[in-house]
This record gives sequence, C-alpha cells and structure tokens, in this order.
Amino acid sequence: MTTAVDLPTNIPTPPVKTSLMRRIVRRPIGVVSLGILIVVGIIAVIGPYIAPYDPNKASLQLVLAPPSAAHPLGADSAGRDVLSRLLVATQVSVVAALLALVTALLIGVISGLIAGYFKGWFDSVSAWFTSLVMALPGIVVLLAVRAVVGPSVWIAMFTFGILLAPAYYRLVYAAVTAVRSELYVDAAKVSGLGDGRIISRHILSVVRAPIIIQSAIIAGIAIAIQSGLEFLGLGDTSVPTWGGMLSDGFANIYKEPLLMLWPALAIGITSIALTLLANVMRDALERTVLVRRRRRRAVATATGSIAAVTTSIGAVTGSLDVDAASAPVIRHDDDVRAAARAGDTILQVRDLHVGYGQDDGSTLEVVHGVSLDIRKGEVHGLIGESGSGKTQTAFAVLGLLPRGGHITGGSIDFEGVRLDQASEKDYTAIRGRRIGYIPQEPMSNLDPSFTIGSQLVEPLRKSLGLSKKDATDKALSLLERVGIPNPKRTFAAYPHEVSGGMAQRVLIAGAVSTDPDLIIADEPTTALDVTVQAEVLDLLRDLQAERHMALLLVTHNFGVVADLCDRVSVMQQGLIVETGPVRAIFGHAEHPYTRSLLGAILDEGPARPPLGTLLTKGGAR
Amino acid sequence: MSAPLLEVTDLVVEYPGKGFRAKPFQALKGVSIDIQPGETVGLVGESGSGKTTLGRAVLGLAPVTGGSITYDGKEIGHLSRSQRRALSSEIQVVFQDPYSSLNPSMTIEQILIEPLTVRGVASGEARQRVATLLEQVGLPVDARSRLPREFSGGQRQRVAIARALALDPKLIVCDEPVSALDLSTQARVLDLFIEIQERTGVAYLFISHDLAVVRHISHRVAVMYHGEIVESGEGDQVTARPQHPYTQRLFMAAPVPDPDQQEERRVARRALMTTTVEG
Repeated sequence: MTTAVDLPTNIPTPPVKTSLMRRIVRRPIGVVSLGILIVVGIIAVIGPYIAPYDPNKASLQLVLAPPSAAHPLGADSAGRDVLSRLLVATQVSVVAALLALVTALLIGVISGLIAGYFKGWFDSVSAWFTSLVMALPGIVVLLAVRAVVGPSVWIAMFTFGILLAPAYYRLVYAAVTAVRSELYVDAAKVSGLGDGRIISRHILSVVRAPIIIQSAIIAGIAIAIQSGLEFLGLGDTSVPTWGGMLSDGFANIYKEPLLMLWPALAIGITSIALTLLANVMRDALERTVLVRRRRRRAVATATGSIAAVTTSIGAVTGSLDVDAASAPVIRHDDDVRAAARAGDTILQVRDLHVGYGQDDGSTLEVVHGVSLDIRKGEVHGLIGESGSGKTQTAFAVLGLLPRGGHITGGSIDFEGVRLDQASEKDYTAIRGRRIGYIPQEPMSNLDPSFTIGSQLVEPLRKSLGLSKKDATDKALSLLERVGIPNPKRTFAAYPHEVSGGMAQRVLIAGAVSTDPDLIIADEPTTALDVTVQAEVLDLLRDLQAERHMALLLVTHNFGVVADLCDRVSVMQQGLIVETGPVRAIFGHAEHPYTRSLLGAILDEGPARPPLGTLLTKGGAR
Repeated sequence: MSAPLLEVTDLVVEYPGKGFRAKPFQALKGVSIDIQPGETVGLVGESGSGKTTLGRAVLGLAPVTGGSITYDGKEIGHLSRSQRRALSSEIQVVFQDPYSSLNPSMTIEQILIEPLTVRGVASGEARQRVATLLEQVGLPVDARSRLPREFSGGQRQRVAIARALALDPKLIVCDEPVSALDLSTQARVLDLFIEIQERTGVAYLFISHDLAVVRHISHRVAVMYHGEIVESGEGDQVTARPQHPYTQRLFMAAPVPDPDQQEERRVARRALMTTTVEG
C-alpha cells in the first residue's frame, strides 16, 4: 500500500440510524413512562364513552358515599360518581394541557426560527417581547385574564401557552443561530435553495430533538399548572377536571380522605411519566449528538484525531498484513551533522502500544509498537499524516492521552524514570518542569479568564518556588526573549487581546520558563500564517540552541522538518516506518510511504502555464 | 482574449463596526480581478487579508458596499435572493472545511440531489446524475447511501466537489478546498480539480494561503494583503519571482522541503527582513 490516506471505499456501514422510539423502548423507564402516557391518552379519547354515569349527575343519597360495587371509587361531596368524573376529567385535563403546549410550540418555534434565521428587526422585536413575557408573573396574568374574560379552561390554557412560548423561542433561537453559520447552510444557499427549503431541510432537523424533549417537560408543567388553577377554583366549575376534583377532595379531607387520592394520583403519575420520558429522550437523543460532536472536534483539531483513527482502523487492520507490521524500521546511519549531536539519550521509547477502550469492552490499538530515541539537545521530527499515531505517541510521552486512551504495552524511559508506569503524582514533578509542551492551537490552550501574566507566573511560582516578584520579573524577561514587542502590555492582557502568533510566543515562553530538558511541540505552527510560522520557527531554533533542549517536533509539514530537525522519524498507521538524519530522509528515502509523501510535495512542480497557450492548443471552447 | 466570465471592479465590502456609531470595518478596499472562461485564478493571502470575503462577495454571501461584480456581462453585486437563485447553476462553491460543509444528517445522495430537485430535475434523472457525479469525482456508486461522517476528509471534499458540479456551473469559487487535507490527499484532490477543468471548461476562483498549492493549479495569481490586491500576474511569475515586497516575504517565509535549500532561504529571508526594516 503506497498511499494509505484515502480510505478504501468499502468500509462496512455501521448501524447509524436507530429510531428514537426504539431507543426509548430499550430503557425500562422509557417503556413504563411511555406505557402510562399511552393509557392516559386512550382514556382521554374514550373516557366519556366508558364512564358508567353522567359525571355531572348529582345524587343526594350518594353524597360522600364510600366505594361500593356500583360506585368503585365512591361519590363526591355533591354525590357525583368519582370514577365517571375521573374518566371524563382526563379528557379535559389532557386537552387543556395540549392546548397550552401547541400554543407555546407554534408561537415559540416559528418566531425562534424566523428571528434566528433572518435576524433583522424581527429579531430585536421578539427579543424584547420574550424578555417582557418572561418578566411577567404568570399567575397574575392568568388571574387578570380570568377577571376580564371569565372562567374558561381553554382561554386560561391558551394564555398560559403564550406565557410558555419563550421557553421554545430561546431554545430554537440558540440552535438556529448556531446552525446558520455552518458552511452547509451557505452551500445550500449557493445551490439555489429557497429559505423555506433551507429551514425545513437543514435547520429543523437540528432543532427537532431539543424541541421534542422540551415538549415533554412543558406538557408536564402545563398539566400541573392547569390542575393548580382548577384547584384554586379559578377554572370553569361546570367541567370536571383533575384540579377541580382535587379541590373538592381537599374540602372534605376529614370526612372522606380517599377523595383526594384519585385526582392526585392522576396528576402525579402523568406529570412524572412526562418528566421521566423527557429524561429518557434526552439521554437517547443527546448522547449521540455528544459523541458525534466530540468525534468531529477530535478531527478538526487533529489533536489525537481519534475519529480519523477509529474510522480508518477497520480498513487498516484488514489491509495491514502481518509482514508490514513486523517489517523492520528502515534506519539510516548518522551523517556528520547528526553524529555531532549523538550523545546521551534523554528519551527512550521502546515498543510503545497505545489503545483506546471501546464501548463493547475491546481495545482499539492506534499505536502498534513505536521505538524512538531522542538525544540530548537534538530536534527530532515525528512526521506523518492524520491518523498515523504521531500525536498519540507524543501524548503518551506527556501522559496526556485523551479519555479512554492508555498505554497497552512497551516502555517510555525519560532519564531513568519509567513514564509508562508513572502515576499522576510522578508526572507533576516532570511535566511542565522537565518536559515542556507547546500545543497546536495557541488560543484554546490559554485560559480566557486569566491574564497572560498570571498564567505565566503561577507555574513559575509552583514549580520553581519563586517569589511573586521574581516570577513576574522572570515572566517579563521571557516575554521579551520570545520577541513580544511590549512585554508589560502583553503581561497584563487577556488571551483574546493578542493575535494567534503572539499567543503561540506566550506558550513557548511558558514551555521554556522552567528550563526543561525536553520540549514536545505538537504541530506548533500549523494554526499560524506562513509569515508568522517562519518567525516562530526562528524563535524555536534560537531557543533550542541557546538552552540545549531536546525538541520532539510533531508535524505533517516537510518544510518545517527541513527547517528545524536534526533527525526525523516517519510514522504510518501507528508504526514508524523510517528513521534517520534529516538529509538522509530527504535525500534518499527508502520506504515507499516516505517516498510517496515526498512525491506529493507541490513546491517542486512546475507552475501551470497561462490559459492562452492552452486555449490555442485545445481550440475554442 | 474573449470577454471575461467574471469581472470584479473596485469592489468594497464593509461590515458594520461593533458598538454604537463605530466605524465600519472595510474587509475589501477596492479590489479588481477578472476571470476568463475555463481559467483558474489563484487568490493568495494570509488570514484577514480579505481573500475569503472576495469569494463570498462573488457568491452573494457578503454585502457589496461599492464597486461592481459582473458575471457574463450582467451586474450581480446587488441581486435579490430570487435573482441570486437563478445564478446557482452558473456559480458554485467548494468550501474549506469538509466537516462542516456537508449536513451530517443527510446521506450523500440527498446532498447531491438537493440542488438538482430545486432545478426541477425529475427524481429518476437526478439519481442517474448522482451516479455520474460520483464517478466523476472518483467515489464508488455505493457511497450514495452513506452519511458524510463515514468518509475521510479527502472523500468528503470529493463529495463537496460533486455537489458543486451537479448543476454544471461555469465558475466555481474554491475557498481553501485542500487546506484541511493531508499532503498526498491534497495533491490528488488538486489533480481532480485540474482534470475536471480540462474536461468541462469550468473556471475556478481558487483561494488559498499556500503559494505552492496556488502555483500548482492557477493560470494567473493575485496576492491579497489587508483587503487589497498587491500583486497579480501569471502563476509562474508571481509564485517564483515575486515583485511586491509582501509577496516576496510570503514566498521566503514558506519553508522549502529540503534542509540545505531551506538553510539558504532562511539566510536570504533574514537578509530581506533587515533590508525592509532599514528601508
């Protein structure tokens, strides 16, 4: 396999889509709560037809009658059959809650979509309106509405729906503004899709899951509030409702306590079932979203690039035959320059294996036995494409493997300390003191809520035991050393106030501040502009020469390797395939993979000739 | 030479400043560029130079404050959304990030069919077209029923190219289409771009921060700096013998993948920096 970059296209399709319903039913709580809600729903539909008596038919003989064969749940203070009232009330209560829910859903979702997608004046107006509604005390509004239009379950719940709308509005608005900036929405616009189609195809699908979850919660709230209003006697007393029945039972709690039980059970069980269902749905829906997002970030930042690894591994284990895995690493002998640095080894990695625990208990190996020597004061390049395991190797040395990752075999020896067996406590004495780290994304490695100065001073005080003043002086001189034009101002600045290049200089200052023996730099210039990259590389070279540090440089850029490295190791699919002095690798690479990488470099190629020559040759178009 | 396919003249793009009565931010300060049919014009610059804004303005995704953009002789700088939609079969786009430019919840086929159904292509015919498109970009036909996340970056970018080609456009704006890809994938995707151009005669506005990439694919190259074009000309001349000091700096800053040549370039760059500082 000469180029193992694009995946073979016959990757087995993993089971992607399991319906939401199936995922809910797989959980016991999901089954139970869904079952209860279905029963409540059925009763709501057929309740009036199966009720044995007219729910409003009062009988003086039956006032507060205890349960009997004819009236299994007894009768209330007006002598009405409790079972019949409960069955009929289910319909009223459920429909009333649905009315509030649908009102809130329609107003909230539609306005959230419009405001989030189109922005403009509608956005400002609805933001004001939402704040206003949320500031109003709901119960006062409901009382006021009742005073004006009279007692009606339906008008009260419609009003309540309006009051609940902001819950949807804010949810949808946040989701839409996030999706709106996705490139695929731009691509859809360029494809000529109308706004309606973009919203229904690309945006609604993203907000659908949170809306469903929110609806279950809101339905629970609506049932509770509706019952509360009825309980207070603010509803329509001519219609049987759970709240009204509860109120009646409460009035007669000393005479017939059982009367309270039935409506309380109905309200409690329905509300709890809705809330539990919401929880189950959130687990089912959002966990998958979370995993997907984590994977994507892993790819996007290329730190770890677990996604690339996990997706390609199926293909890799299949195609990487035993010969390739056990094939010896091609080693080039030291040339004069490399031999000059050949001294003590500072870091010795032997047969390192790194694996990730999978959900099914198995371990997915991403580094398959890497051996690496780094000498004192040398710059060692670790080069490879995404998914080659170069970052995994570096992170294993730092003891910073992402969650689930661990060393499954081999050893890492740093000047006599076995890092592969080191505890977190052992690491604190080494990482950040004797081994420094320069990350790929300078911005995300500075805490936005602290000044740059405090982030430099704190480690100095902790690891070197300097006083605050000494540490400040040292941090300022380091900032000056890494070429920051106005160290005092940068010292007092927050990370967002400096550019990416400056932030990377700050991190370099931080990494060298404790005079480490080894610095591990993970793609330190990838996120930077090319002119800034050149300056940062100059800085790294000068600092390395001046402090005689060893530098392990993880990169995919051959130019960076040529600029900085003494020796290079080339990684492919979790293995080192070739290693040697930089000139040997560039001059006479032997491994086909190294050659294919070098062949893919564009710099050497001829430029494309101007179009005119092509036109005359190819004729008119 | 024939009339240009796309002509941008003195284009100004301003974004409103942050805060009350803040001065608007000028992302483009009077940029002029033209593209012939079937030609690739490379646009190089660093982050914040305005190269992406220029691409977005051509696509109708950035507000045009001044100047004009004419496509095929018609002004397209200030079109309404519905007029813009009519242009979708003429001008298309391939974005940088192959991870966020494809909707994660749609299958490859749904993604590719979408622009076709908008154009009113019958579904049977559209499916036929999807198969041809996948073949054109070197993906197997059974890719159609998969989701984007099952593909590597290079393959996703092929899907994005197939989507751009779906409507047979005459111009594709390519915004850093290979920057997120691995080295060897990068080379192959670039060759795919060239091959498609030679077969279909589509023109590219090719935006990149990488001089080597632009040199490989462009007939002509323009260099942007702080919202202005500082140098433009034939690809070989701009990318190998730059005239403008900024382009020279850009050229010298890119490390050569050869230790000895890079050492020479480093020395030359430092010399250049000191002379520009003194001058």
